[in-house]
Amino acid sequence: MARYVAGRLAGLVVLLLLVCVFTYLIFFKLSPDPALMICGKTCTPDRVAQIRASLGLDRPFLTQLGDYLSGLVAGRDYGSGPNLVHCPAPCLGYSFQSSQSVTQMIVDRLPVSATVAVGAAVLWLIVGIAAGLLSAVKEGSWWDRAAMGLALGGASIPNYVLALTLQYVLVVKLQILPFPSAVPFSEDPLLWFQSYLMPWLVLATGYACLYARLTRANVIDTLAQNFMRTARSKGLSPALTMRRHALRPALTPIVTIFGMDFAALLGGALITETVFGLNGIGKMAADSIAKNDQPVIMAVTLLAAFFVMAGNVVVDLLYTGLDPRVRVS
Amino acid sequence: MSELLVVEDLTVTFPTTRGPVDVVKDVSFTVGRNETVGIVGESGSGKSMTSLAVMGLLPPGATTKGSIRLDGVELLGRPDRELRRVRGEQASMIFQDPLSSLNPYYTVGLQIEEMYRAHRRCSRKEARRVVVEALTQVGIPEPERRAGYYPHQFSGGQRQRVMIAMALVCSPALLIADEPTTALDVTVQAQILTLLAGLQRDSGTGMVFVTHDLAVISSIATRVLVMCRGEQVEYGEAEQVFAAPRHDYTRMLLESIPRIDDEVVL
Repeated sequence: MARYVAGRLAGLVVLLLLVCVFTYLIFFKLSPDPALMICGKTCTPDRVAQIRASLGLDRPFLTQLGDYLSGLVAGRDYGSGPNLVHCPAPCLGYSFQSSQSVTQMIVDRLPVSATVAVGAAVLWLIVGIAAGLLSAVKEGSWWDRAAMGLALGGASIPNYVLALTLQYVLVVKLQILPFPSAVPFSEDPLLWFQSYLMPWLVLATGYACLYARLTRANVIDTLAQNFMRTARSKGLSPALTMRRHALRPALTPIVTIFGMDFAALLGGALITETVFGLNGIGKMAADSIAKNDQPVIMAVTLLAAFFVMAGNVVVDLLYTGLDPRVRVS
Repeated sequence: MSELLVVEDLTVTFPTTRGPVDVVKDVSFTVGRNETVGIVGESGSGKSMTSLAVMGLLPPGATTKGSIRLDGVELLGRPDRELRRVRGEQASMIFQDPLSSLNPYYTVGLQIEEMYRAHRRCSRKEARRVVVEALTQVGIPEPERRAGYYPHQFSGGQRQRVMIAMALVCSPALLIADEPTTALDVTVQAQILTLLAGLQRDSGTGMVFVTHDLAVISSIATRVLVMCRGEQVEYGEAEQVFAAPRHDYTRMLLESIPRIDDEVVL
């Protein structure tokens, strides 16, 4: 088991390294010269060269990449002499736009994205699984048809349409909710809750619809299994038959999908955060792309890749406990 | 011999888009205590539906007519809540494919135990003792340890032994075996048949043995019911049916068994 985990973690590091190399290649070699953008309109070639040198962009690609990687692991120094700045590990560089430490930016914004992700996940798991279960048990009923029709519709609405509609209806027209603000939970729990409610609803809608359909399909599939017939032939109560024999096989595959979806969300909900003005990883990604802030783009990409891969490893490990047929050797 | 199971004019009907279809039509037979009755027929002849009807486990939508009496008590038309007490306690069933018939997520010990505890008030400790006893009875080696194994950790024959242990854990009066040896190797088939025959002799359980394999039936059943397209084409003492089949279909079935001295046409 320990060897398996170690192997998976080593694999994760190798994959992250590859992602690093490719992202660096794309953003630092193929996108517009950041020195030109920083320099602005009144720019001389000398000034551009100066900026390029200060950003370390004048050095060979591999040297730059090497510095970036060693900065991640051991930290690195920027500039020289009196202007020397030490960036402690894990160093993701400094934003071209705000000169802030990218690591610090992520530390500041990650809680917002995590709050959005966790709240939405709780909502969509409860609603999606409950609706799917009910549909499966009452397969073919009016409830099943209505719920599944709604789920298909809900999964098809783009997030920004839903977000803007909700905001217009609940905040502008009906004035049920205040405009979202970045107030911490400790200051005003109610306003905090109200601010996050719409992002949660918007994000949860699409997932809840998908999970409802998935749960329904899994439960119907499980109910048709031979072992369900055995359970009935044993004279078990319908409740026990359902709870013990149907739910566990039906819901185990959902764990896989959930692990992936949740991990991806930790890397930022780009559209939802942008629409509601939430200062999370997603909005940071959108801003950095708009302004070609390469260190930030790079960091956000790495972070998202890390979460997805880590989620993968966690799900695989969970599976060995959930499905007795899966055992690591 | 007092009759344990009496099935009279059983008809099972399924609704289809082209109107109702009788998958079992006017089938009658009886099973005495300590007796084995074989139901033979090809796929789709209605033999499995007949056995599921006795257990009250027909798929939703199926309607039944006629009478099924177990120990003199009518089963047809009784609510599921009452049938649940019959299932497992008075009549139990083993199926064709033991791997898919066992839940892969739970140990075999738990799956046998839950059946016992559904019908008997007892402590978990007591139930575990019964489980080990049941596994010993069907010849599973190291039963204490193997009770903690999952179905996929057993061989095909052992899985069917586990199913048999489960079916008999409450000492039911009737055991329905629906093609219990079809999915097994020939040598394992023989072992399972010997086991079933032995357990039946010791416990006095009445058995309905459903199969398409005439060789198996002739070795285990005292009476035989031959079914074709949902209808009963022949019913009588096994020896008589095999020696002097009265119906063309039975004769056809018997002739379909390849003989070693047959000429092979390629």
